[in-house]
Amino acid sequence: MSPAAPTPSSSTAPTSELHLAVALDGTGWHPASWREPTARPREVFTARYWADLVAEAERGLLDFVTLEDGLGPQSSHFLDPDERTDQVRGRLDAVLIAARIAPLTRHIGLVPTVVATHTEPFHISKAIATLDHVSSGRAGLRVQITARPNEAAHFGRRAIPRIEAYDSPDARETVSELFDEAADHVEVVRRLWDSWEDDAEIRDTATGRFIDRDKLHYIDFEGRHFSVKGPSITPRPPQGQPVVTALAHDTVPYRLVARQADIGYVTPHDTGQARAIVAEIRAEQASAGRADEPLHLFGDLVVFLDHDPAEAASRRERLDTLAGEPYTSDARIFTGSPAQLADLLQELASAGLSGFRLRPAVLGHDLPAITRGLVPELQRRAAFRRGYEADTLRGLLGLARPANRYAAATA
Amino acid sequence: MSKPLKQIHLAAHFPGVNNTTVWSDPEAGSHIDFSSFAHFARTAERAKFDFLFLAEGLRLREQGGKIYDLDVVGRPDTFTVLAALAAVTERLGLTGTINSTFNEPYEVARQFASLDHLSDGRAAWNVVTSWDAFTGENFRRGGFLPQEERYSRAKEFLATATELFDSWDGDEIVADQESGVFLRDAKAGAFVHTGRHFDIEGRFNVPRSPQGRPVIFQAGDSEEGREFAASSADAIFSRYATLDAGRAFYSDVKNRLARHGRRHDQLLILPAATFVLGDTDAEAAELAREVRRLQVSGATAIKHLEFVWNRDLSSYDPDGPLPDIDPNTGDTHISKGRAQVRMYRDPLATAREWRELAAANGWSIRDLVIETGNRQNFVGSPETVARTINDYVQSDAADGFILVPHITPTGLDPFADKVVPLLQEQGVFRTDYEGTTLRDHLGLDPLPRS
Repeated sequence: MSPAAPTPSSSTAPTSELHLAVALDGTGWHPASWREPTARPREVFTARYWADLVAEAERGLLDFVTLEDGLGPQSSHFLDPDERTDQVRGRLDAVLIAARIAPLTRHIGLVPTVVATHTEPFHISKAIATLDHVSSGRAGLRVQITARPNEAAHFGRRAIPRIEAYDSPDARETVSELFDEAADHVEVVRRLWDSWEDDAEIRDTATGRFIDRDKLHYIDFEGRHFSVKGPSITPRPPQGQPVVTALAHDTVPYRLVARQADIGYVTPHDTGQARAIVAEIRAEQASAGRADEPLHLFGDLVVFLDHDPAEAASRRERLDTLAGEPYTSDARIFTGSPAQLADLLQELASAGLSGFRLRPAVLGHDLPAITRGLVPELQRRAAFRRGYEADTLRGLLGLARPANRYAAATA
Repeated sequence: MSKPLKQIHLAAHFPGVNNTTVWSDPEAGSHIDFSSFAHFARTAERAKFDFLFLAEGLRLREQGGKIYDLDVVGRPDTFTVLAALAAVTERLGLTGTINSTFNEPYEVARQFASLDHLSDGRAAWNVVTSWDAFTGENFRRGGFLPQEERYSRAKEFLATATELFDSWDGDEIVADQESGVFLRDAKAGAFVHTGRHFDIEGRFNVPRSPQGRPVIFQAGDSEEGREFAASSADAIFSRYATLDAGRAFYSDVKNRLARHGRRHDQLLILPAATFVLGDTDAEAAELAREVRRLQVSGATAIKHLEFVWNRDLSSYDPDGPLPDIDPNTGDTHISKGRAQVRMYRDPLATAREWRELAAANGWSIRDLVIETGNRQNFVGSPETVARTINDYVQSDAADGFILVPHITPTGLDPFADKVVPLLQEQGVFRTDYEGTTLRDHLGLDPLPRS
């Protein structure tokens, strides 16, 4: 095709550009993914494996990758451990993987998962600030809670009551508390990022002062679950505030997204549902007093991608057979071609989603299908970038570098 | 027949938050940018050093209720920097201080096991305890531990982490795509620990790492610290980089090993050491004097005196005589977050001694601090420094040194370029890495699978 030839979408109204991320976990999101020839299951605990995946995502010009994590082994049950030996078990710390990859990449955002329930916000704040320093402004985090009693037993500091029925008042209370605590956790992390003004380091040889202590700030956070004094030990990260993200399926986590996140991942199964979720989060955002602040909502989808849709379907069936049961997910499972997926994403986007986090069913297969199939398709439709246009993750996402809250207070 | 020459171990400490770092030097670069860490690490690896070392700080220091502003302030997160450095180096060991007071064993064990995987077996952990409630104010636990509890927690912390490291044998991951067996053992990672400080159970979720566990460093100097090291550490980060004190410490600690059923060569003694190089010894001595004056500005000298006097001395002239008032011996110390505070347990005696020294030598406040403070350990031409280091090691004052340059990040370059080749010529330092892991570099036995 010559460059001047009209493409099928060139006659339609210009589409706005989508943001695209991929969620990396083990060998992929299907529990039998490790058995595919492309899977490299023996290498999941090596740096080279993750470097190759992130390099592929960067070749596809994706906004960022997320890295899953957890403070216990993976399980086929939502709240309890299992003793299965036929699925990938074990994982490396996501922040360390992200840091290990950072010097090997230049543009793509790196968003590791951090568990707010058992970790210290002070440690998380300096770790993500440092990830931002080592990646020159490409860090984010995906905040997550854990309600698993077995993971609480790994720490032994608190007992988390076992949730028996999800919609019982007890369960609601437990989960609400964990999310409230996570919101406090993010608040502390964010205040610590601002606890150094950007120009706090002065190196004033005349007075012998290395820093201007008036530009360092105690955060004096006092919450229900903990208090933290500050300031951070690590200077303000290059992005000022690295990008905070969270996955949300219900009102309580929607509230966390509305209060504290820059990106919320949501799981609509159709456009109507997407519209309803977007409306609910926007309303929460308004009542949290953040109506004017940018907040991206990304749709999460599990994807089986092949040029021939029948091939994708039969691959899914083959994996389900190996797993011994049909794969289910909190997110919609898409099976089909890149063009069909592009159609679906554009339709869902019309409900107010500004991007998507795709969960490749098999990383070795579906990640390159995203970068080499879906991305060119979206580019043809003028719905995705053709080159990295910014140096930082905030820049890629169209988010301004935030002013420092403490500097504003003293100005 | 003469004794075979000991091989020297060398490591590099990235200079950070301390008053030996001369940040005012025009060559001094960022202590935060990754490029600084990468330069420093590449220099250490080019020189075939055993490892790079990062210290830790968890609260900004204060003096008189204000954040201390005269030294380098601020540092990045240890684990995150070390993981990133694993990408720009291939063999260099990566050692980080992580305290056992404001962390939990499951999390720290995961991070070190991850770092060991991501660096192909180059991780090491300097286990320390944090000292006060001041630091605790940045953490959920809030509180702190009384002195006598700190080593008890540190010991149990390390023992618990070791149980977690050992909860995988190392051959559990089968990943047989044909049969569908990923894990050989459904209970891989299972652990139960019941103790005074930790009562935890479950499954550790990082498979056995290349070294089995990180190399263990210990840095305390108390009686408990020495025993802890003799029982549990692979190396000690000591502060005795002089010949006599080094030999005394060395023999004391090595003699403790047998009681713990360990061999003489299973614990390395590695003091931290500073150095100044010149073309000649005289030039180096002159340079060393200049560096000391840069390290101790007038303002720094006054602040240093305040550690002992425990009161505001800002009205004193650093070029004048010492204060004739006595130190404040009240409980609450003016200086927070500094280890040095504990060095002056009898401030009245220290003040008296310093006044006498100053009077006898005609020293001003600044002169006194320069003269009594930390001098550079190795000062001289490259030949002198190489010979001195080798003498110290051969006479059992140390097994090697952890070098702390006073300039970030280029301060190590002259040592790598000028001293290391001389040690190599003498056959006392490697010309290339022989193994791939840090345990290999340190000559430690591989760990048996649990």
